Amino acid sequence: MAFKGVLRPGLIQIRVLNMDEAINHYQNILGLNIVSTEADGRVYLKGWDEFDHHSVVLRQAESAGLDYVAFKVDSNDYLREIEPKIVAWGLEVDHVPAGEQPGVGPRIGFTLPTGHRIELYHQIDMADDHPGITNPDIYPRRPEGMGASRFDHLLCYGPNIGKAREFFCEVLDFYQPEKVDLPEGDGSLAIWLTASNKAHDIAFVEHEEPGKLHHVAFLLQDWNEVGAAADIISINDVSLDIGPTRHGITRGQTIYFFDPSGNRNEVYAGGYTAYPDHPVRSWDFDHVGKGIFYYERALNDRFLTVLT
Amino acid sequence: MRHRVTIENCNETYPCSEQQTLLQGMEQLGKRGIPVGCRGGGCGICRVQVTSGSFLKAKMSRSVISEADESKRIVLACRCTPTSDLSISVVGKMEKALRAECQIEPEDEVSVAAVG
Repeated sequence: MAFKGVLRPGLIQIRVLNMDEAINHYQNILGLNIVSTEADGRVYLKGWDEFDHHSVVLRQAESAGLDYVAFKVDSNDYLREIEPKIVAWGLEVDHVPAGEQPGVGPRIGFTLPTGHRIELYHQIDMADDHPGITNPDIYPRRPEGMGASRFDHLLCYGPNIGKAREFFCEVLDFYQPEKVDLPEGDGSLAIWLTASNKAHDIAFVEHEEPGKLHHVAFLLQDWNEVGAAADIISINDVSLDIGPTRHGITRGQTIYFFDPSGNRNEVYAGGYTAYPDHPVRSWDFDHVGKGIFYYERALNDRFLTVLT
Repeated sequence: MRHRVTIENCNETYPCSEQQTLLQGMEQLGKRGIPVGCRGGGCGICRVQVTSGSFLKAKMSRSVISEADESKRIVLACRCTPTSDLSISVVGKMEKALRAECQIEPEDEVSVAAVG
């Protein structure tokens, strides 16, 4: 197998202010399926094209935002072997026992210099309601709402993103398909990192306040589905951010909107296929508008200031 | 029922029903400078202080509105609905943008002068 180590961002736990409103949004608008609701109140959901037990965890809290994102790794051996490397790089590692989330095995966790909690895990049960395996149909039934097929990636805002890049690339064997340079010096304003063929599994923007969430993205199949998502946003009076539009960076076709607690969501289609031997695509600070919003060719204020 | 909401910073008044949030009413003013954020009580962009009148408020993210803020009637416009005529003062990021908006519109010169 050529694809080893970290496989993908597989679990994300999001804080919401009101669970009923959040369930309506993630289930009926995005089209995720509820897998279970547990005694502590957390609600577990998944996209129709995901094999694993769940991918999205909603937790009702006093503040909106990101609890953590967890990356699935290819084996228990990897999980065991990576821990001392993370510690050697300088991060403190803690352990989350199996069963803390339904169907999920042991996880290890640590906090990046950007203030974001990252976890790694290997074991997770297969969902009962999974995509076909034997003579599989294209989908089990027509998805609800936007029909988001999977949790795809996230964008985090925080300080020290250069250190985050170093950690992901040197310790977890990610690579950097794309970046935006700061106007002065060698640093980056924004970085896109991947462990896979996707143009990004996680991205960061340099920002003073640690641990902030810019958006959680879900995958759609094509531009027509992005258009249908825009229709659903208007029909249901969902708070729109921007789009439908396209990113110059990653080339993804996109629309941004907010969940009822103010967490930004993206539904996304397309984007190029990344390979670790490709050059790092770089954007000057002067061209960042076109990089982020390819059609508008300008950033809106919200992109840099509205975070949870 | 519709109420009148006065933005003290620029002496603008707008109508706002009990089914509308203060931010929705404000958005309908069409002022370019109003930095609308998430509209869900999460990001904290639309901070206002209610200086008079009564209103209902929904849950707001504690990381952007503290208990001390709430005791001073500092809230997020996107999470509050009026139950009487209101006066509000825009604070935080919105305040600067609103003032810039007032200054670029000639008909608002008087109110800018009043704000000082």
